[in-house]
Amino acid sequence: MTEKVSRRIFLKVAGTSVAGVGAAVTPVGHAMAAGSDQAAIQAAAGMAVLPYPKTSIGKAKTMQVNSPVSFNYPDADSPCVAIKMGQPVAGGVGPDGDIVAYSNLCTHMGCPLMYDPKTRRFKCPCHYSMFDPEKSGQMICGQATEDLPQIQLSYDAASDTIHAVAVTGLIYGRQANVL
Amino acid sequence: MSQFKDRVALPPVDAKKTNLTCQFCIVGCGYHVYTWDADREGGRAPNQNALGLDFRKQLPPFSTIMTPAMTNVLTDKNGKRKSIMIVPDKECVVNQGQSSTRGGKMASYFYTADGLTRERLLHPRVYQGGEWLDTSWDYALQIYGGMVKKILDKEGPDAIAVAMFDHGGSGGGFENTWGTGKLVFSAIQTPTCRIHNRPAYNSECFGNRDMGIFELNNSYEDAELADVIWANGNNPYENQTNYFLVHWLPNLQGATVDKKKKMFPDEPVAAGKFIFVDPRRTPSISISESIAKGQVLHLAINPGADGALWNGMLTYIVDQGWIDKDFIAQHTEGFEQAVKTNRMSLDECSRITGLPVAQIKQAAEWSYKPKAPGKLPRVMHAFEKGIIWGNNNYVTEQAMGAVVVATHNVGRRGTGWVRMGGHQEGYCRPGYPEPKSRYPAANFPIPMHDKLIEVDDYLINGKGKMMTYWACNSFQTTNNAQALREAVIRRSQIVRQAMAKAWGASPKEMVDVIYAATQKGGLFVGMMNIYPTMLAEAAHVMFPAAVSGEMNLTSMNGERRMRLTEKFIEPPGEALPDCLIAARIANTVKVMYEQEGNAKMAKRFEGFEWATEEDAFNDGFRRAGQPGAGEIDSQGGDTGHLVTYDLLRKAGNNGVQLPVKSVDGDKMIGTDMLYTDGKFGTKSGKAKVFPAKWVGMLKPAAEQKAKFKFYVNNGRLNEVWQSWFNNQYDKFITDRYPVAIIQMNPQDMAGLGIKATDVVEVFNDNGATTAMAYPEATLKPGSTFMVFGAPKGVQGSVTSTATDAHFLPYYKGSWANIRRIGSMPDWQRTVSTKSRLYEG
Repeated sequence: MTEKVSRRIFLKVAGTSVAGVGAAVTPVGHAMAAGSDQAAIQAAAGMAVLPYPKTSIGKAKTMQVNSPVSFNYPDADSPCVAIKMGQPVAGGVGPDGDIVAYSNLCTHMGCPLMYDPKTRRFKCPCHYSMFDPEKSGQMICGQATEDLPQIQLSYDAASDTIHAVAVTGLIYGRQANVL
Repeated sequence: MSQFKDRVALPPVDAKKTNLTCQFCIVGCGYHVYTWDADREGGRAPNQNALGLDFRKQLPPFSTIMTPAMTNVLTDKNGKRKSIMIVPDKECVVNQGQSSTRGGKMASYFYTADGLTRERLLHPRVYQGGEWLDTSWDYALQIYGGMVKKILDKEGPDAIAVAMFDHGGSGGGFENTWGTGKLVFSAIQTPTCRIHNRPAYNSECFGNRDMGIFELNNSYEDAELADVIWANGNNPYENQTNYFLVHWLPNLQGATVDKKKKMFPDEPVAAGKFIFVDPRRTPSISISESIAKGQVLHLAINPGADGALWNGMLTYIVDQGWIDKDFIAQHTEGFEQAVKTNRMSLDECSRITGLPVAQIKQAAEWSYKPKAPGKLPRVMHAFEKGIIWGNNNYVTEQAMGAVVVATHNVGRRGTGWVRMGGHQEGYCRPGYPEPKSRYPAANFPIPMHDKLIEVDDYLINGKGKMMTYWACNSFQTTNNAQALREAVIRRSQIVRQAMAKAWGASPKEMVDVIYAATQKGGLFVGMMNIYPTMLAEAAHVMFPAAVSGEMNLTSMNGERRMRLTEKFIEPPGEALPDCLIAARIANTVKVMYEQEGNAKMAKRFEGFEWATEEDAFNDGFRRAGQPGAGEIDSQGGDTGHLVTYDLLRKAGNNGVQLPVKSVDGDKMIGTDMLYTDGKFGTKSGKAKVFPAKWVGMLKPAAEQKAKFKFYVNNGRLNEVWQSWFNNQYDKFITDRYPVAIIQMNPQDMAGLGIKATDVVEVFNDNGATTAMAYPEATLKPGSTFMVFGAPKGVQGSVTSTATDAHFLPYYKGSWANIRRIGSMPDWQRTVSTKSRLYEG
């Protein structure tokens, strides 16, 4: 596999729209003034976990079984995917305990993953790593050294809303999940 | 690694940067190790971290490979904590910045007292009165060395049996093969030796070597240039991962056509084709077909039939005239006779191999039909364990070799007749002291290589007084493993019981007690390792060893590329490089003989005054071929003396391809391809073609096949290395594969009431083991695939005793029955059993 994969190929194989891949990316936080940096530091003081935001993904009832939904978390440059699996799975939320979400970047070299609904596997076209959304992103076979980072979700039954609240595992291409 | 899995500490700009070649598979990917004080870290801006990357924003794909698994915090001998990060080297021509899932984890596998590797041996240990006890080097050496001396004095070297590595990388290296070889062959002089993966001191490649062709004769670049690559019994995605991804696939994808045009301007070139010979559909086949289905041919051969395939192929291409008559006349001998003996019609070939005639013809056309007048295709014939551990290794290799030389597919760029390799290589030893005769004796003539000892049989039959497992683990990896374990454990117990009663014994007294027990059928077992392993059930003394990176270590990869891995951390506890363990043993025995006034025997144990591993390197690799050095079999050959650690440091992760031709200033000039001058490694200089008549399946395997229902094919899994010595402690692996898996056809599973993740028993007349059932829809009914060498579920317990004439086991020839034991709800919840094939 040649090292340079063109942006066109990325978008073709990604299937879902992916923000910012291969293109110049403006640093996250550019909109934050120095004052709100201080506020973030204050907010994180005394915490052992990173200051993950709480981001709405949408309503559980709009999700169809085995049909991935794209979103970005914890910021616009980290593409993620949520899927309703159709049976309760580890880390699953929602009324059926079956909605899970993952980073969509392969933990090997960051290529956007494709979801294969027929076999229910995330597949990477770059070096053929594959991950199982029904087993917490376990690498089925492949060259990554970490399972696919799982987005921790919370579900509010009253509003039927799913929120992303944290990430287990390091997103590709980052020193820490929160930039 | 960090306690947090969602962040890593970046190396600061002034972090120490050293070169490291992966210690695991044959490919030997190049890496850099960053080491820095653990109380500091680099910053996110590119000028603030040693990687020079901008972590203030999301990095694009391919920027780097950096995960928590690639980091760790070690403690040096001064108690200072050191952060490390081990990441692939983009400038290394082998891997070009890629890491596999195995090499990528290297940082995780260095020693920490509370991490994955906490079971590392830190001190020698002795088994005494039912306990494993840490002990001093001195005591352990007095016992081990004392036993060596006592046996030599009483009966000679034959009763001192040894199993030792012969490879590079972890548990190997030129320094260490030399140190152990000098001790075992020159000093002790025992012929009762076996190798880490086979039960006698033989070669996996006698077949090609006797033809005059060493099995690593091309460069990785030749895979980019070939018109056709054959993968015979080889699954490169899982076993030589970055060779496949970085060098094979671009050819298939057509990305190397321009390069081919430049190098071969006078012949037609196109995207490459792959031909896989394998009873099952492997991940390599699936991936290749997903890229270019029309350029990939899978010959789903009947197990053990490869020799017939190559005889049919030879006959067909000779009849078609698709051979290089000039080359055959000038550079080979014995071809005409081989054509006669090996003759096999395509119909007969099809019958034995199970391959349709049309498929065999297609393979032949792709590979050997001239692509232009006088222009035979450039074909790389790769082979690995499907052949090496296949049915009748020697004969099969030579059946293939006849076709290779007939078509001039060795010594030309874009070709190569090459084994793909398992471990890295790194062989440098004095000549092996052959036994007077073969054991067990054969009842048929063996023209060559008939002075070998099948060491497992030797021990099982009650012979030998002492057995050493040096950086290897036959309990998990040998054929007929259950029988071997039973014999060694039973005989070991006799010694253990005697030792248990020797309260307050001095070392000398203990040696007498042990020796007396060996007179009653006991076996004294020593081992050198980084972990206790399954051998702890039988051993009496353990010596703690160091891994690559804890010592300077040299190896060569599958294209003979020699690199130095630089030492960046001390070995843990009192562990030592294997060569220095060998030196300590030799020096201990030497002093014992000196104290007795036995100058003759003391002299035999001389020559081990080494302070460092570099001393061992200079003593062995650099003396091969030099006047007065004696016989040294070294992969560095007679120009090994041109290589120094200093020059290797300068050569970095690209090293030099052996043999070295010359040195130009600071640069060693190497050899990218062998036999380009048409001169082969025989007396006459001509490649010798042997008759390789098809004689069917080796008898013990054929008997197993007739008696038991399921073919238990076996081999590696991409994610696991060797005997799982590190992996067994790693949650990333044990969550994925809690025990050995056996892949089964889903209809077969249904027929036995087996569900995915159920535990099943695999059993025959040789032994029994268990595994986790894992469905694989593409397996032929009656065919299974089980991972070899696992600590939980030893597949070798059900392999037969079938070997070729030179004791090369037919590991792949294993048939057994299977029954369901029960369900494992925990594994059902947590272990994926989705297909490992990229496109089913």
